[in-house]
Amino acid sequence: MRSTDKTTEAARVMTICNACRYCEGHCAVFQAMELRLEFNSDTLDYLANLCHNCGACYHNCQYAPPHEFQLNVPAAMAELRQENYGVYAWPGFMGRLFANNGLWVSLLSVIVITLFFGASAILTGADFFAAHENAFYGVISHNVLATLFGIVGGFVLLALVGSVVKFWRTMNLPSPLMLDYPRVMQGIKDALSLKYLDGGNGQGCSYPGETPSMARRWFHQMTFWGFMLCFAATSSATILHYGFDLPAPYGYLSLPKLFGILGGIGLIVGPAGLLMLKAKADAAPKGKTNKGMDVSFLVLLFLTSFTGLCLMVVRDTHYVGMMLSLHLGVVMTLFLSMPYGKFIHGFYRLIALIVFAVEKNDHKQVVGVCQSKKTI
Amino acid sequence: MKTRFDHYDVLVAGGGQAGLIAAIVAAEKGARVCLLEGAPRTHRGGNTRHTRNLRPMHIGPLSVLSGTYDEAEYWDDLMRVTKGKTNETLARMTLRNSTEAVAWLEQRGVQFQPPLGGTLHLGRTNAFFMGGGKQLLNALYRHAEKLGVEVHYDAMVSSVDIADGEFKSLQVGEHTISAKAFVAAAGGFEANIEWLKEAWGDIAENFLIRGTPYNRGDLLRILLDAGAQQIGEPNQCHAVAIDGRAPKFDGGICTRVDCVSLGIVVNKNAERFYDEGEDFWPKRYAIWGRLVADQPDQVAHVIIDQKARGAFMPPVFPPVVANTIGELAEKIGLDPATLEKTVNDYNASVQPGQFDHTELDGVHTNGLAVNKTNWARTLDHPPYSAYSLRPGITFTYLGVEVSEKAQMQMANGTESSNIFAAGEIMAGNVLGQGYLAGIGMTIGNVFGRIAGSEAADYALNR
Ligand SMILES: Cc1cc2nc3c(=O)[nH]c(=O)nc-3n(C[C@H](O)[C@H](O)[C@H](O)COP(=O)(O)OP(=O)(O)OC[C@H]3O[C@@H](n4cnc5c(N)ncnc54)[C@H](O)[C@@H]3O)c2cc1C
Ligand code: SF4
Ligand code: SF4
Repeated sequence: MRSTDKTTEAARVMTICNACRYCEGHCAVFQAMELRLEFNSDTLDYLANLCHNCGACYHNCQYAPPHEFQLNVPAAMAELRQENYGVYAWPGFMGRLFANNGLWVSLLSVIVITLFFGASAILTGADFFAAHENAFYGVISHNVLATLFGIVGGFVLLALVGSVVKFWRTMNLPSPLMLDYPRVMQGIKDALSLKYLDGGNGQGCSYPGETPSMARRWFHQMTFWGFMLCFAATSSATILHYGFDLPAPYGYLSLPKLFGILGGIGLIVGPAGLLMLKAKADAAPKGKTNKGMDVSFLVLLFLTSFTGLCLMVVRDTHYVGMMLSLHLGVVMTLFLSMPYGKFIHGFYRLIALIVFAVEKNDHKQVVGVCQSKKTI
Repeated sequence: MKTRFDHYDVLVAGGGQAGLIAAIVAAEKGARVCLLEGAPRTHRGGNTRHTRNLRPMHIGPLSVLSGTYDEAEYWDDLMRVTKGKTNETLARMTLRNSTEAVAWLEQRGVQFQPPLGGTLHLGRTNAFFMGGGKQLLNALYRHAEKLGVEVHYDAMVSSVDIADGEFKSLQVGEHTISAKAFVAAAGGFEANIEWLKEAWGDIAENFLIRGTPYNRGDLLRILLDAGAQQIGEPNQCHAVAIDGRAPKFDGGICTRVDCVSLGIVVNKNAERFYDEGEDFWPKRYAIWGRLVADQPDQVAHVIIDQKARGAFMPPVFPPVVANTIGELAEKIGLDPATLEKTVNDYNASVQPGQFDHTELDGVHTNGLAVNKTNWARTLDHPPYSAYSLRPGITFTYLGVEVSEKAQMQMANGTESSNIFAAGEIMAGNVLGQGYLAGIGMTIGNVFGRIAGSEAADYALNR
């Protein structure tokens, strides 16, 4: 079990909340908390990953600063999340990338985009500023692209699985075969519907300000489904390419295009909306250590979609080389940063929600018990 | 502080639930309203900030409330705690008007907690505010501002000009503001230790105040001095036993310690002084403040053993823990020999029985000067834990007498034409003693609406 400044503060905060419980209706954190008598780091990591940082329990807290208890649940949880994302990263040493996330992701994007520009300029030579018969495959061939993204994708998958397994174990869930599937479905449903961004009563969260609003939930949904549709676009294109020997480009009424355009719009409106809300949001409940993690992720999502849609427009013009380099650079950065940036929160939250569904059903703690069996 | 105008239709003093509601109702009726809140914005809303629920009467399920809680049952509950110290007309009016409270608040943006089946959820008698009283306040302040109510913080009313029971104007520091009607909703005087000492003597120095430090009763004093009829006794208040380490002010709900019925309670002489098993904690909660206040130095200690751990609401401060009673006594500054004797005597007199904390199980002691009548289990499973207790004052009942129109009554038998009172400052009309969870906010809600409405009607010559 870890004992750090962040876990100590989160434990202090939860001890006060557990004796107060006024926020029990707001979200899963408080209902999960009620099963506890004390707060070890496993339990706190679980609770922190249930928190959406919606701000409701900050604005409604009788003990919020300047009260001498200086209670700020969302900030304590946000800061602890930032710490535990690092703890659960795989391989472990890469966890350090969470400490100054915005900076490393920005640097990475500059390097990767430059490399793509360099590589495609070298590959195409004088034709970098020319239009190509087979659109962007004239700049970089399909096979090169597939190999490159295949390798990176493989590593990213490995790293994601590694991190998720670490978190899964700490959450004390049994092997996937032994799971209680109705509970798992409940957790998935709560995650997909962003249940706990509804303020507890369907009125919405205190985000970006004290007034309840559904804006965050909507924009988050657009981002998520935008991402999923873009993912579907790529997958369907891969299937068409390899399964049916139908290589790109695809017409506007093809599956990859439809998914891609819809998803692309979602992935522009969603992240832009979330960024706008974030800029307006009250500073106090955000906590102090975010270091640009959310912003860099949202900007990457936005740029991925934006450059992708631009590429679609300019693919038959002489801007295709430039646009492709930019787009691929952004996408590659997004890929590489997935296991070590905000992307990972989706998995942890989903797992935490599944645990919550189990604990709520059984009225019994799952996380943070059986300490003797554990070595960490 | 500078107000936009020098003259208003309705001036409200106090920005807790009662004052806010009065301001909103008056503004909804078209009055030009100014609300003066003595606290800074961060502490706005007085004791309302610390509340959790209100208690509305209802026939059949109502919004977040299940079942039926009718007038007869509500009245019985009120009689049980007040022992008849209530104005029946006003009390019955409060109960009847409480039915609309939930819908009225919901229509103005206040959120209630849907029934959760959570640990504290009563569901039938009380409607719980989502996130607590501060959420209610945030919503009502937003609504008031939307209606054009002028709100001023750090605006302590320091004097009031009253002639023959008629309100003329008031002062906030140097600034004078006048109005056609005035609503006094500035809470009780529980944060005024000097005033508490007049009623309780020097022991009041040792009281902890669970709510806002801004309810100093200045306005109440001004009104009484100007000839208002007093209601209630100065030493009648809601006092509970809370953790001795709680902040002097504003500790709110989380400082409660609710394991009294699971162990024994001793004073600083290491002696028991009252039946810890008399009744369920929520019912007996309110009496322990007074009991502790009567003990030397106004301290007491709850002592439990390992069997009781985890069987009560987790307290906010950790207990003092020791492996023997003697060691525990030393750690909390009691005489070890006496505490050992107290515990041994108690253990020796526990009668066999089937312990069940969910009902009055009748498991008791025999032959002690102070017997425990329920849940009496021997203290013999180390480690032992101790929590210190002090009296925690929730709110005071001494106030001004009002009419059914929330009009302030004068000591000479007349009624003030344009001064209205709502909330804690007049709660003693209904709640002369004792306490019923949720009745404080109910009184504030009902009288806030009446006072706001009557004040606006008066001001607008209706
Ligand atoms: C810890 C705690 C928990 C409670 N829980 C509940 C509960 O769950 N349910 C319930 O029904 N009741 C509860 N109560 C009681 C409840 O708080 C009161 O009954 C209720 O808040 C009274 O409302 P009010 O508007 O009259 O007073 P308050 O909410 O106290 O508001 C009075 C306001 O007047 C202001 N003020 C004071 N003096 C001046 C002045 N001279 N000039 C201008 N402004 C001034 C203060 O700053 C304050 O904001 C609780 C009380 C406490 C302390
Ligand atoms: S955030 Fe504040 S009001 Fe909410 S449960 Fe915690 S202590 Fe209570
Ligand atoms: S910020 Fe929102 S999600 Fe996080 S604990 Fe508070 S109410 Fe729950």
